[in-house]
Amino acid sequence: MKDRFNLYRFASPAVFYPLAGRMMPWFAAAAVIFGLAGLWLGMLVAPTDFQQGEGYRIIFIHVPASWMSMFIYLVMAFWAAIGLAFNTRLSGMMTAALAPTGALMAFLSLWTGAFWGKPMWGTWWVWDARLTSELILLFLYIGFLALTAAIDDVRRADKAGALLLLVGVVNVPIIYFSVKWWNTLHQGSSVNFAKSSMAETMLWGMLLMALCFWMYAIAVALARVRVIMLERERHTDWARAELARAGAEA
Amino acid sequence: MIYWNSVGDFVAMGGYGLYVWGSFGVTALVMLLEPILVARRRKTTIALLKRQLRAEARTAERSPKA
Repeated sequence: MKDRFNLYRFASPAVFYPLAGRMMPWFAAAAVIFGLAGLWLGMLVAPTDFQQGEGYRIIFIHVPASWMSMFIYLVMAFWAAIGLAFNTRLSGMMTAALAPTGALMAFLSLWTGAFWGKPMWGTWWVWDARLTSELILLFLYIGFLALTAAIDDVRRADKAGALLLLVGVVNVPIIYFSVKWWNTLHQGSSVNFAKSSMAETMLWGMLLMALCFWMYAIAVALARVRVIMLERERHTDWARAELARAGAEA
Repeated sequence: MIYWNSVGDFVAMGGYGLYVWGSFGVTALVMLLEPILVARRRKTTIALLKRQLRAEARTAERSPKA
């Protein structure tokens, strides 16, 4: 029984910290490799789009950034629920580590969307369902960061942040289905696994870029969660040992 | 294999250069800056925590438990 694989073991920062450190470079390397392959396919090989000309190439970063902005929020809401239900230390660290990356992804989604909307729709911004709900997602990220930063007691900050995350999660399906539920300027989904409307090189380029963004987000979040773990666990034996070791390197 | 005829064509992006490179440029900037900021935060955090631990150790030395 003692040797049985125990998932709860990884919830302990003392175990997760070195594990995250070992995994982080692999995710970073995967992000670079997928990114180079995706850029090569998307920017150099893929043909032009018959409707949008070369302007469509913004899709290779716009869609991955938008997916990640929604997915990271869902992961944060998952950790928030775990944290509220089981009172685990790791969940608050995870949400704190993911939030800045999620906010940046939401910003990139809006930024690249504006730079795509201007030539195609003739405007940087419209208050339509898809764009507005994505803007609300950015505000939810910023709200989470501001709220948790404003509360000195870390455990209370985690709890308040977790509540905000769970209330805000309703926004994610609204973003996702907005192009179906409302009449909007925003085009529908281009990726359909049964019958895609995209050329094969375009589709592969986009999937590779999505993998790149995915790996990037994991690598950055792992690196950040390690710093947060040291900050929050500084009085534990493992953190003291780690700090002593980190000093020997520098 | 390569779709473009010249570097100039690639940069011009069929007249969409401003929009394509405006998107890719800011994305590249963000995705380069964020890891740098995290690395810097790690460095400053470790330095700060080590200083705190040293200070705590010194106070403990000066005032041994009664």
